[in-house]
Amino acid sequence: MSLTSHGGRIGALTVIGTAIVLPLVIFVLGPNMPPGDWTNAGKSQVFDNTVLLAVMTPFTVFILVYIGYAVTMFRAKPDEELRDGPPIRGHFVSQVVWLVTTTAAVLFLAIFGSAELFASNGSGGGSGPNPIATPGGNVLPVQVIGQQWEFTYRYPTYGGVETAELMLPVNTEIEFHVTSLDAIHSFWAYQLGVKADANPGVDNIAFVKPTKVGAFQVRCAELCGIWHGYMFDTGHVVQSSQFASWIKQQRQAFSAVQRYLPKYATTYSPDPVARAG
Amino acid sequence: MKLRRLIGFNLLTAVILGVVGFYVGWWLGHLFDAASIDYFEDTGQNDIALFIAYFTGVVGFLVGLGFANYPVQRMLGKPSSLREKETRGAGRYFGLCTDHKVVGIQYLIGIGAFIFIGGLNAMLIRFELLTPTQHGWNANNYLTLVGLHGTMMMGMMTSGIIGPFANYLLPVMIGARRMAFPRIEALTFWLLMAAGVVLMTTIAFGGFPTGWTGYAPLNDQANMGMDAYIAFFALVGLSMSLLGLNMIATVITMRAPGLSWGRLPIFVWGVVSTSVLMLLAAPVLISVLLMVMLDRTAQTGFFNQAAGGSPYLYENLFWVFGHPEVYVLALPGMGILLEILPVFSRKPLWGYKLAVTGMLGIALLSFLVWQHHLFVSGINADLRPFYMLSTELISLPTGFIFVAALGTLWAGRIRLTVPMLFSLAWLFNFLVGGLSGVFLSDVPSDVTTHGSFFSMAHFHYTIMGGLLFAFFAGIYFWVPKMTGFQLNERWGKVHFWIMFVSFNSTFGPLLVIGFLGMPRRAVTYAGYLQGANTWVSVSAFVLGASMLIFLANFVYSLVFARVPAGSNPWASKSIEWQLPSPIPVHNFDRIPTFGDDPYPYGTDAGVAHRPAVAPARPTA
Amino acid sequence: MKLVAVAGGVLVVAALIAAYVTFLTGGPTPYRVPQARAAGARSANLTLQTVAAVGSKLSPNKNWVSYLVREQGVWHRSTVWTLPANAVVHVTIFNYDGQSGLRNPFLAQPRGLLDGDTFAVDGKPMKVLDPDTASHTFAIPALGVIVPVLGIADDAKNQCEYAPCEESMAHETVTFSFRTGKPGHYRWQCFVPCAAGFIYGFGGPMQTIGYMDGFVNVV
Repeated sequence: MSLTSHGGRIGALTVIGTAIVLPLVIFVLGPNMPPGDWTNAGKSQVFDNTVLLAVMTPFTVFILVYIGYAVTMFRAKPDEELRDGPPIRGHFVSQVVWLVTTTAAVLFLAIFGSAELFASNGSGGGSGPNPIATPGGNVLPVQVIGQQWEFTYRYPTYGGVETAELMLPVNTEIEFHVTSLDAIHSFWAYQLGVKADANPGVDNIAFVKPTKVGAFQVRCAELCGIWHGYMFDTGHVVQSSQFASWIKQQRQAFSAVQRYLPKYATTYSPDPVARAG
Repeated sequence: MKLRRLIGFNLLTAVILGVVGFYVGWWLGHLFDAASIDYFEDTGQNDIALFIAYFTGVVGFLVGLGFANYPVQRMLGKPSSLREKETRGAGRYFGLCTDHKVVGIQYLIGIGAFIFIGGLNAMLIRFELLTPTQHGWNANNYLTLVGLHGTMMMGMMTSGIIGPFANYLLPVMIGARRMAFPRIEALTFWLLMAAGVVLMTTIAFGGFPTGWTGYAPLNDQANMGMDAYIAFFALVGLSMSLLGLNMIATVITMRAPGLSWGRLPIFVWGVVSTSVLMLLAAPVLISVLLMVMLDRTAQTGFFNQAAGGSPYLYENLFWVFGHPEVYVLALPGMGILLEILPVFSRKPLWGYKLAVTGMLGIALLSFLVWQHHLFVSGINADLRPFYMLSTELISLPTGFIFVAALGTLWAGRIRLTVPMLFSLAWLFNFLVGGLSGVFLSDVPSDVTTHGSFFSMAHFHYTIMGGLLFAFFAGIYFWVPKMTGFQLNERWGKVHFWIMFVSFNSTFGPLLVIGFLGMPRRAVTYAGYLQGANTWVSVSAFVLGASMLIFLANFVYSLVFARVPAGSNPWASKSIEWQLPSPIPVHNFDRIPTFGDDPYPYGTDAGVAHRPAVAPARPTA
Repeated sequence: MKLVAVAGGVLVVAALIAAYVTFLTGGPTPYRVPQARAAGARSANLTLQTVAAVGSKLSPNKNWVSYLVREQGVWHRSTVWTLPANAVVHVTIFNYDGQSGLRNPFLAQPRGLLDGDTFAVDGKPMKVLDPDTASHTFAIPALGVIVPVLGIADDAKNQCEYAPCEESMAHETVTFSFRTGKPGHYRWQCFVPCAAGFIYGFGGPMQTIGYMDGFVNVV
């Protein structure tokens, strides 16, 4: 069998394989990718993952088809195990085609990823104290304070009340300000598609707009000491009216400690060394 | 073993002087009992003493091995001892020996032992993760296990291929009789062994809670076990940079006549590109560890935000080292892959220049991508698209390696021997690993996967599925040359298939589990992930069992069966296979000259060098 | 001969692994809090003391702060307790340690307790403690329980030096009750940066089970 027909067969198998896998990837796997479509950030990530999968699929199919084909069709027959193969050292056209297609794919993904990042105001990721893409209009700032080993939350527009539970109103743009009081933690609200590291002395801002009500899990995603694995919580996205009454109730419940809380700030610098002992 | 061996400097004196040195340093450190360092009293720990003790212990160990002999004797005007140049005897393997082949085998066994310990820790981690509620180890010990596993593996595997295989084979592949700096070569090995022992002492001091990345300020809060981690990585960094230095110097200065850069075997190119990374990245690690040590002892504020420092400084400095480090892990595996494929396809390496460009491209780009570990940590948002681009770009030179491998298979006559199986598995594993890396390099996607088990599965696919599979390919390929005995092919295939299947069964689901929301290094997890985690743990136990099969095969074949391998069991045309097995002490009778084709398959050139080397008389 | 050497090597390695595993499973033995005999709901009484320095008899780290639990009249340094499920747990903490101050003042208001989240300090019911006077806290975050513990004044007389401390020495007493729910395995911790000498006060005993951290097994 001539080499060109081997190439033809590999090409055909790749095309057929891609034709089968690509629609499955785009229409079946893609939309079901985590973290789900509860929020605008989540939707942006799902779309992004779908595009990534779609671009990767032809290359993956090609390489797997090729390896499988080569290992079956180019096996040495038992009697000619030590006979050399043809001394092919390279093939200019193949190398150029590979270089051009992979470069195009990579550049496309980088540009697409950047565009997606801007369009979705950071896709729920922590963007530092000066994010470049911000949603306009009304935002609800919510501060997430990571400390060893629990998250607490402050609502600056509600008198700086601090709570141990996270509740968010649906269909509202939320501006998380994540900071830490001691070690590096990471606020990961999985179903919201939000992850922002909590660094001491740093205000890490992440944007998200939840579009569905429900409960979501909050986990710490940066090793912060012995109870890192236990530093988790359940947050809730609720209707705005429910949120308003909840926050009123929280302010009443914690009115006793309110006078001791420091004024709301985007970062706090507690004394690093323990007093007394 | 002769009694004469016990006199003079050897491993026994090294251990004794090491322990004595440790206690001398410990005592010295406790002289710092000044009232101004009152935190010693409160915390019950004296980090200064421990650091000094580790330092003096390692110095004592090295002096006990005989590393100070040459400089001291020369300074005193005496002729130097020839003990290190001994050419016979099994005792050479247990001390300072400057024969690069001895150092290569020392590395193989030494690294193998520490990898075994690291792998044991992995089994214990997976045991803990069988269920989210039942706990075998207390929470402190779990974090130490996680840290020990990662740290031991990272520290040891950086030299995992360069240490055993490059040390043994590089001089032979370039037609030299020795490395450029033989004593430094031996030093890198013993530094690594001392480092491994230092790391294991962490369990006597309470372990360390930071995982292998050692982030500040948690590393400042940690108790004394953290000092073992710091000392370990400092020693590893030193060993790495000296090893890289030696390799580069050897390849630049000691190539045989006719061996220009464009005619080097691709394995040598892999070693060279890795060595550049080792030499340039390791010093950054040593400096950041120095700063951590100062923060912990002199209470400086490099990484203490309240004192004016910044934890970001640690993260950035660590990853400036850390990212090239992972390419130190990946590149030698690529070198082995591309060295083995021509032999078992009986074709020249396809796209040699492209492959070299790929390796050098990876080496260069690896310095420009480190902030992808910090995408959601609050770094300047303007930087993220740049690092996304640079990280995505690194898949291009990696693709060159892939295309060179695929091209080598084209129209070949493939023999599925055990080294070839491991090499083909490398292609599959690194493909999965590389693709998962593309997800991680994309910032929106990284928001969910950073710090999750997806990230962990990504690097296990590339480091374990890539490097470790290449390591085994190298072992099955070259151990017959290094020892003169065959490894049982059938048991090798059993080892391969069990390892390959269980490896994918362990880490494939972890890609999914990470996407489903399980963070890394967490001793407990959400209940809905229990089934998946139990499956992964059981697969991991099978994976561990496959290693035992390998060990049994290794020991049985080399100690009991001892079937001679002959000089060229794989019918390779590379130079090392034209020599007897094991390679004689002085490598060649005459230094060979090299032709223009390192892979003369399919041509009439015969072998890769002219004139053909007459096999030397085999020596013990 | 070779077989003996290899077999011996395997045995040595196996023994080392066994020793390592045994070491890893080390840790405090759990203390099963006895169920109180009372009519009506199940309940249990947990009596704890917190000390400024645990002493060399109880620990290799003599200057570390620690919790101790009273088992049948004797104070033990164990922080893993087994409590009955669906029961009311009455906790008494005798604190012999000075004031360190809470890093996050929010944690000075108790949560998750019975009686409307009140707790009693030296017999007086309170809603919130001055955060700067807190010495330790007792918190089971998964059950939503957190209670700050008042510290003794810096100039108090007859301060306890090393554990176990007598009731005659300077101390503050905190009492509270909470309800355990269904069976489970929960961690508890202190939230005050009370580990003297460690940066942010959160190293050493604050990160080691057996001192300021532990588990509550609800069965």
